Amino acid sequence: MNKENIIDMKNIVKNFFIGTPNEVHIIKDIDLRVKKGEFVSIIGASGSGKSTLMNIIGALDRPTSGTYTLDGIPIEDMADNELSDVRNKKIGFVFQTFNLIPRNSALKNVELPMLYAGIDKKTRIDRAKYLLELVGIGDRIHFMPNELSGGQKQRVAIARALANDPSIILADEPTGALDSQTGHLVVDLFHKIHKQEGKTIVLITHNKELASETQRIITLRDGQIVNQKCNTAGFKRYQAGVDKHSVAESEVEEPILQSDEISTGFETGNDLETGNDFETEGENQCL
Amino acid sequence: MFIKENILLAIAGLKSNKMRSLLTMLGIIIGISSVIAIVSVGNSLTASFKTTMENFGASNIIIYVREKGAPSDGGGPPSFIGSGAATPSESDLLSDDQILAFEEHFADRIKTIGLVHNVGAAKVQDGHLYANVNVIGTNEGYKDTGNIKLTSGRYITEKDVKSSRKVVVVSSQLVSNLFAPNVDPIGKEIKAYGTDSIDTYMIVGVYKYEASSFGPAIASAKDTRTDFYIPVSVAKETSVNKNYQSLTVTSKIDVDTTKFTADIQTYMDKLYANNVKWEGSAMNMESTISTMTTFLNTISVGVAVIAAISLLVGGIGVMNIMLVSVTERTREIGTRKALGARSSYIKMQFIVEAVIICVIGGIIGVILGIILGAVGSAILKTAPSISVPIIIISVLFSMAIGIFFGYYPASKAANLDPIEALRYE
Ligand SMILES: Nc1ncnc2c1ncn2[C@@H]1O[C@H](COP(=O)(O)OP(=O)(O)OP(=O)(O)O)[C@@H](O)[C@H]1O
Ligand SMILES: [Mg+2]
Repeated sequence: MNKENIIDMKNIVKNFFIGTPNEVHIIKDIDLRVKKGEFVSIIGASGSGKSTLMNIIGALDRPTSGTYTLDGIPIEDMADNELSDVRNKKIGFVFQTFNLIPRNSALKNVELPMLYAGIDKKTRIDRAKYLLELVGIGDRIHFMPNELSGGQKQRVAIARALANDPSIILADEPTGALDSQTGHLVVDLFHKIHKQEGKTIVLITHNKELASETQRIITLRDGQIVNQKCNTAGFKRYQAGVDKHSVAESEVEEPILQSDEISTGFETGNDLETGNDFETEGENQCL
Repeated sequence: MFIKENILLAIAGLKSNKMRSLLTMLGIIIGISSVIAIVSVGNSLTASFKTTMENFGASNIIIYVREKGAPSDGGGPPSFIGSGAATPSESDLLSDDQILAFEEHFADRIKTIGLVHNVGAAKVQDGHLYANVNVIGTNEGYKDTGNIKLTSGRYITEKDVKSSRKVVVVSSQLVSNLFAPNVDPIGKEIKAYGTDSIDTYMIVGVYKYEASSFGPAIASAKDTRTDFYIPVSVAKETSVNKNYQSLTVTSKIDVDTTKFTADIQTYMDKLYANNVKWEGSAMNMESTISTMTTFLNTISVGVAVIAAISLLVGGIGVMNIMLVSVTERTREIGTRKALGARSSYIKMQFIVEAVIICVIGGIIGVILGIILGAVGSAILKTAPSISVPIIIISVLFSMAIGIFFGYYPASKAANLDPIEALRYE
């Protein structure tokens, strides 16, 4: 229970300057802690600052103010090259648009983060093959991105995110460009990685049904965390559903029916947004 | 560190866009190939000129009578002279007395004077054996001025000239046409059939015949027209003109030929001061060689300028295509940065790509240049010369162009903000 925080953010503010007099406040004083091995989802309306927050979590962007300790390392004052190395070793990104490198085979794409880390060729290839096997496309390792379906591309991207055994997997709407069924399969894959590899996962999504299957749901509105909800029950239900799946594969519909119920419960949770103390309470109850 | 991966990536990129790659390389290809071609043609031409000119004798001074106002080009071997439309009258040419006076005037600097009186084409025949010749009256001095290399016997002497002996110095080509290999031709009599005369000469010497690279193409060595040297007095017997249109002077060792040529020119100007139509002109082979070299250098400079311009344009083309490539691949760059690529790596990736384009262009240019040089040499009938240092320099230079013109686009890529790059549509 008393696990270390992988992400530890305090008073994070992000402002953008758009012309001299104008400054927009996109992230307003966010405190966020994510424990090792946690599977968290971030939801919120479009423009609420989810991606901006994710860029800060992923060390792609620096906060305007606040402190951010990633896996025990304070990173807010790091130089660009150090941030590159942090991204390379600690973060695994999964994007909505897959972002595979064109003209590089699935294998080469998965090798890439390891190449930047200076890992030798043989180790690279072995690990890339293992990971592609893990995400279920071990039979397509030499395919080019344009020869893969959307779901397959996202699997390659997930394998690539895992390449350097990062502390966190950051996924920004990974199912946004996929149909709901394929999206579900991709989220199933995140659950599998979470369970088998023990990875910390932060999933940004618009899909409340998918969020309702994660351990904690964080709601963002206008650059602030307005709700944090421990979702242990929903997460357990999902796992039970998965177990049922593995026993009887025919019951595909069941978890979807259950999730409808959860999302309604979730809507009511939004009424409690105003309570700031709720945030800390919820967080501590998780895991 | 990642150079090998980058090279493979760059080549894969070029392959996937063959037409664009080729067009991008065009400037480099043209630039490099023209440099290689001109250097190889220039080298072989210079080498060939030098040997030809040295055969004529570099220290010779040629004096010839030409029409006033004729273009004063670099001149050429004496046999080319007099092919103009106008024919000088006897009084316009140099007489034996004038030559004697000239020789006395410059006695301290003249070693020999070579005289030439062209008779014309003839055919030497003995039964079914024959040889084509060009009958030329010469004096003893011509042995030096004409750079005659005897293989056996002797050359025409003053005595032969004085007593108008019917003797001849023939080419090794003629000997092989008319005599069996084991027969000594010296002392043999041969018949020369001219347009309206048949003359019998006794061979006194044989010179080594070397095919001139500037001569007209000849079907076979057997039919080659070679020079047939007889005493100048004999040559003049049948001719109306007794005077000379040209003579060749060999200066003594230590004489400054350029200064001597100028002095002779002054002398000739005085001699022809009252002649309205003709003038005496003096030139030496050394200055001809330097004229030739200057000419070649001018061409080389011209081609170098063209090459430099096309390399510059080519380089800018590479820069342009790299900028396009950076824009096209903005998201890719953003992704690479998100995956942990340092800016220096991104920069190197694009520089390597630009260098690969330029080096491949350079190599194609080198190959094309060698082919063009070989074709050019074949047209000019000179031996092609390939300069390995120039090839190495060319490839290195293309590399440098790649680095120079790839640097800016690569920096642009390296300095992209990862978030902006990932957002790029
Ligand atoms: N570089 C920038 N300059 C100015 N404003 C920006 C910049 N980046 C983001 N914003 C603004 O910040 C706000 C939050 O953007 P963000 O992309 O984080 O939203 P989001 O929650 O991810 O939305 P969505 O669900 O649509 O992806 C938006 O209003 C956007 O216009
Ligand atoms: Mg977003």
